[in-house]
Amino acid sequence: MKRILALGAVVLTTAALAWAGADAPPKAGGAPKPAITKAVKGEQCVEDTDYMRRNHMKVLDHHRDQAVIEGIRTKKHSLKECINCHASETTGSVAAAKDDFCVSCHSYAAVKIDCFDCHSTKPQGSAAMHPLNAETAHYKHKLAAQATSRVSAEEMAGVAQ
Amino acid sequence: MNELKPMSEDVPASHERRRFIGAAAATAAGLAIAPGVILVEVAHGRSEDQAASSAVRWGMLVDATKCATGCNDCVTACSTENGWTPVGESAHPKQAPQWIRKLELQDPLTQMETNLPMMCQHCAEPPCVDVCPTGASFKRADGIVLVNRHTCIGCRYCMMACPYKARSLVHESLNDTQKADVPRGIGCVESCTFCVQKVDRGDGNTACAEACTAAGHNALLFGDMNDPESEISRRLRELPTKQVRADLNLNLGVRYHGI
Amino acid sequence: MASITFREVEGSSLKYWLLFGGLGLFVLFGALAWNHMHHYGHVVTGMDNQIVWGLPHVFAVFLIVAASGALNVASIASVFNKPMYKPLAPLSAILSLALMLGGLLVLVLDLGRSDRLIVAMTHFNFKSMFTWNVFLYSGFFGLVGVYLWTMLDRNVKTYSKAAGTAAFIWRLVLTTGTGSLFGFLIARELYGTAMLAPMFIIMSFAYGLAIYLMVLAAAYAWTGRTLGDAVMMRLKTLLVVFVAAVLYFVVVHHMTNLYFTKYHAVEAFILRDGGMFTTLFWVGQIVIGCVAPLVILLSGLGKQRMWIMIACALVVLGGVAQMYVTIIGAQAYPLDMFPGLIEKSSFFDGEVHSYTPSVPELFLGLGGVAIALLVTVFAIKVLRLLPASLDDATVAKLEH
Repeated sequence: MKRILALGAVVLTTAALAWAGADAPPKAGGAPKPAITKAVKGEQCVEDTDYMRRNHMKVLDHHRDQAVIEGIRTKKHSLKECINCHASETTGSVAAAKDDFCVSCHSYAAVKIDCFDCHSTKPQGSAAMHPLNAETAHYKHKLAAQATSRVSAEEMAGVAQ
Repeated sequence: MNELKPMSEDVPASHERRRFIGAAAATAAGLAIAPGVILVEVAHGRSEDQAASSAVRWGMLVDATKCATGCNDCVTACSTENGWTPVGESAHPKQAPQWIRKLELQDPLTQMETNLPMMCQHCAEPPCVDVCPTGASFKRADGIVLVNRHTCIGCRYCMMACPYKARSLVHESLNDTQKADVPRGIGCVESCTFCVQKVDRGDGNTACAEACTAAGHNALLFGDMNDPESEISRRLRELPTKQVRADLNLNLGVRYHGI
Repeated sequence: MASITFREVEGSSLKYWLLFGGLGLFVLFGALAWNHMHHYGHVVTGMDNQIVWGLPHVFAVFLIVAASGALNVASIASVFNKPMYKPLAPLSAILSLALMLGGLLVLVLDLGRSDRLIVAMTHFNFKSMFTWNVFLYSGFFGLVGVYLWTMLDRNVKTYSKAAGTAAFIWRLVLTTGTGSLFGFLIARELYGTAMLAPMFIIMSFAYGLAIYLMVLAAAYAWTGRTLGDAVMMRLKTLLVVFVAAVLYFVVVHHMTNLYFTKYHAVEAFILRDGGMFTTLFWVGQIVIGCVAPLVILLSGLGKQRMWIMIACALVVLGGVAQMYVTIIGAQAYPLDMFPGLIEKSSFFDGEVHSYTPSVPELFLGLGGVAIALLVTVFAIKVLRLLPASLDDATVAKLEH
């Protein structure tokens, strides 16, 4: 009997927490929200933004196994192309400063990035202070129009789930 | 986790495949829908969505009789292409990775001296692949022996197993100095990749061989040993060559003339 | 058969907690050493691209080999039905588990990417001896755990012999696997021989028993329990046999190599010209590890408990020296890619490689030893592993 009661209590508590978690608005004034800078190059990511926020790791893992083991080096889902588009205009990198594309979200979500122990965080052929190489220089005009946007709390809560 | 598809299913036989790629290349060039993909040599180029094929076996011929004493151009070219610090500039020379090095040999009896570059021999039966606990050390379909840094745990058993001392451990953080094309990092083992990034780009050559040719020595020749028409195959048919530690019967991808 | 009372040690004295705290301190040092190595990379160690396995591997392999040997006493009791050894079995099992834990921790914390241990547990290459060892080590924990349970729980006591036999066979395979880590390497002259598997098994018998004897004697002396001479003399004789067998295998291994001309150079390195490695071989492995203990144990000195302890300590020291020579000495000798030619390069080809262990490596290794002892010290406090008395009269009753 005691056991059944204990089990019941556990189930109820879990359910209550889950319900509370679903409805409670994310706390304001917690960790600083990630700064999501729009990519320097291109209008649209290779997949839907929502899809990428939740699944970029799966997409990258799948591509990396194909690229490393089989030598299939398609551009669409390659980390190199992510970096080419998303490197910050100030640091030239996706992970050098805390507001850079990858780091900003990952530190908010407290998920360690294992990519950049080995991978360069900068586009090919670039130096630290020259975010735009010959290939991307013609996108320069777009930079002026773009401002850094703070991602909304709702959006992040969605991703976290 | 990730299963390799058997190559034979996807890839038609060698010349059929070449004809197919030739046609594809013509189409691509005609329609200009594949910018950035340059098929230098039709026989060895493959489109970027195509897996490396066992129809190809990349190999290298080292002509030690042409290898110049004191010349280090292949080593420098490798370090520049792949982004590893030359040992002379390293603060920890004994711990510095060396993907390729010049080896000086001398016969103590006859005083005969020989020079040659030594690097990963890209064995067909690589001992490093046999001993790797996680399968991170692997041989690609086209014969290139690589380390998958995503599954390398840095146990260094492959370094114990390699008869050529071809492998190095990255002993310290590289602080984002890597080349975009050549990921490499702390705690993982690495070695010569036959410039796999260049091969996959369709260059059909390695940085060391290009440098050797540029210096006018022509001691290094890279190519497809499976293609009887390739220059390396022709030269290998004519020149007497040896494999280093042939007693181990590992069927090496690097063959030496003049040792 | 007379029954034996097993009792936990009280473990409330200042001496107990001092021992516990001292060992804990070394575990802490080990953890700090790992943190340092993990943070900066292997650049802070004495290991390099020539000597790729260093002092941590000496400690790790020694502990793993000794772990399998520490199970000996239990195996003799339940597999070979020697009732005298029965009361000694639980300590034997827990000690072997603890040593295995210590050894494995040192091994995995030395990995270049120790944070990726999960990869080693999820990706397997079954041609690798390392992969086999992953299974052998986990199986060892499982089987010895079950075996210990059958010893401690009356309800499952009937399965003790079955579990003991399984654990015995498993640990023979396990040490074969550990020896084959080196035996299956073609590149280096001193490895690549099937000799290493049986040699490691017999070494495990000797090292494990020596550690067991020291732990047993210390536990009884420090808790004021009686440990009769009957037990000590029996185990001492066993140790003599094992140490002599180790010496035999070492002699056969080197004599075989000396017969083959292609091994002359590397044998000359270990036996004559290797500097520190030669000293470690002759003074450490042979004299301290084999000859001196044999002389002590076979002479009149072997009747005194103090001298038996000294002999055990010498066997352990000799064992560490042997691992050092086997693991590091073999790497120090350059690879012979072009037999008969002198080799020279920027990558240190053709020269004897030197190795100076760094402080973090030493403390990582000692941390493994400390954790093994700490687990043992804690286990005898919370579990009924030690007989309340092992005086001669009690032991004699078991025999009849």
